[in-house]
Amino acid sequence: MEAKVLVSLLLQGISLGMLYFIIASGLSLIFGLMDVLNLAHGSLFMWGAYVAMTVYGYTGSFLLALVIGAAAGAALGVFLEVFTIRRLYGNPISQVLLTLGLILVLDEMVKVIWGPTVLPFPKPALLAGSFKILGRSFPYYRAFLIALGAAVWAAVHALLTRTKVGLIIRAGVEDREMVSALGVDVRRVFTLVFALGGALAALGGGAAGPFLMVYPTLGMDIPFPALIVVVIGGLGSFTGSAFGALLVGVSQSFVGYYQPELAVAVNIALMAAVLLIKPEGLLGVKREHA
Amino acid sequence: MSDALRVENLAVDIGELHILESVNLAAPQGQCTALLGRNGAGKTTALRAVMGLVPAAEGSISFFGDRIDGRPPHHVAKLGIGYAPEDRGIFGGLTVGENIHLAQRGRDEGRLRRVLKIFPDLERFWNQNAATLSGGQQQMLSVARALVNPNRLLLIDEPSKGLAPIVVERLAAVLSEIKREVTIVLVEQNFSLAAHLADYGYVLDDGRTVFHGKMTELNNNDEVKRRYLGVT
Repeated sequence: MEAKVLVSLLLQGISLGMLYFIIASGLSLIFGLMDVLNLAHGSLFMWGAYVAMTVYGYTGSFLLALVIGAAAGAALGVFLEVFTIRRLYGNPISQVLLTLGLILVLDEMVKVIWGPTVLPFPKPALLAGSFKILGRSFPYYRAFLIALGAAVWAAVHALLTRTKVGLIIRAGVEDREMVSALGVDVRRVFTLVFALGGALAALGGGAAGPFLMVYPTLGMDIPFPALIVVVIGGLGSFTGSAFGALLVGVSQSFVGYYQPELAVAVNIALMAAVLLIKPEGLLGVKREHA
Repeated sequence: MSDALRVENLAVDIGELHILESVNLAAPQGQCTALLGRNGAGKTTALRAVMGLVPAAEGSISFFGDRIDGRPPHHVAKLGIGYAPEDRGIFGGLTVGENIHLAQRGRDEGRLRRVLKIFPDLERFWNQNAATLSGGQQQMLSVARALVNPNRLLLIDEPSKGLAPIVVERLAAVLSEIKREVTIVLVEQNFSLAAHLADYGYVLDDGRTVFHGKMTELNNNDEVKRRYLGVT
């Protein structure tokens, strides 16, 4: 393979991986801390895309669109946690049924508000073109996705390692009962993590919008690989999500180049391989609570 | 002398199982009270119930006269009860320093310095992941976490479990030092350690309190020791 094709595929894979990472990190933290597999995480992603598209349409500011989209995701995350999921902690079957139901409600609401058709989300002018790397063109927008993913990684990493809330989240992923026995109201932190997860999912949606366009089943298309990323990286492991996302993005990019029909299958094969060799995921946290 | 902790007719069910039937316990302020019994007698469950980690089905738990049963664990902890659980409850993925900071409510640097003076190893391994500590060091960290706050009562569950005799000796010395400052309820299988540290002893069997008295009385009661503790 020529070096320039290799670099181009690698960068494409990384940019896709970064998008997966932004979504997967929130999903992973929510599952790791609270044992809640929030199947409606994809719907928050989609809502982020729709809200960001609408704000962008009104204001013309892409930055504002991303920020308000993420804020809407955070608000929706808090709403779902406080009014629905909170009542079902420790009851995984009901959580699955609830979050499946939430997908239907949230997706239908999108159709009611924005209609059932595909809507364009134009790329901001600044990010519309492309530039040359080793003679091959690479879109600015994909470079932006890489930068955004790196910024999210740095920000959440700083939150987790340098703040007390971050300490509580990391400790809670290991043994939340002990965290509460140290005098911390873990439930409050649950709500905060739902807000963070919702904001990250919606930020991913806002960033994916100009890349994929916006349509009512968007909530299914990207979050599914993100779920694979979470399993590969290890539930509850933020750094694991980053590794898993890059692995999934890059392998999807390379396999997609040679055998497009196998691009999704390779992710599932990767997940199966990781589950067989290391069931807790590449960087999975050994947890005290079941 | 008032009781720091008073447990009356405590019953705890987990699922269909009656784990505790009727536990009674009074831990006088400023003293060390040992909770003894064979495996499965209900000692750990009793401490967990005090912390609010398992709900009391019947009975009452009072801390300096105030009922605390039914309160969530974080409320109980904030009242001034420190807990070092049987499995030590260390967060292995966090550093020693992070484990301590997580436990600290407020920033009492003077108290932290005093605690680190008792446990010099913890300062030495401050930036190391807690998972890399030896069993004895992890136990010290678990107790240290309970000491960094101005707690009025410490619940310590089987601190000697899995530790080499020489480490147990060191731990006993540390606990002797601590008990001068704070009321302790100690669950322990190692009878000689409990006899060395405790002023009062309670024996549980099958979820019930079957003996209570001064530790010296228990130490002289061969029948109770043989029947309920397997000590000859």
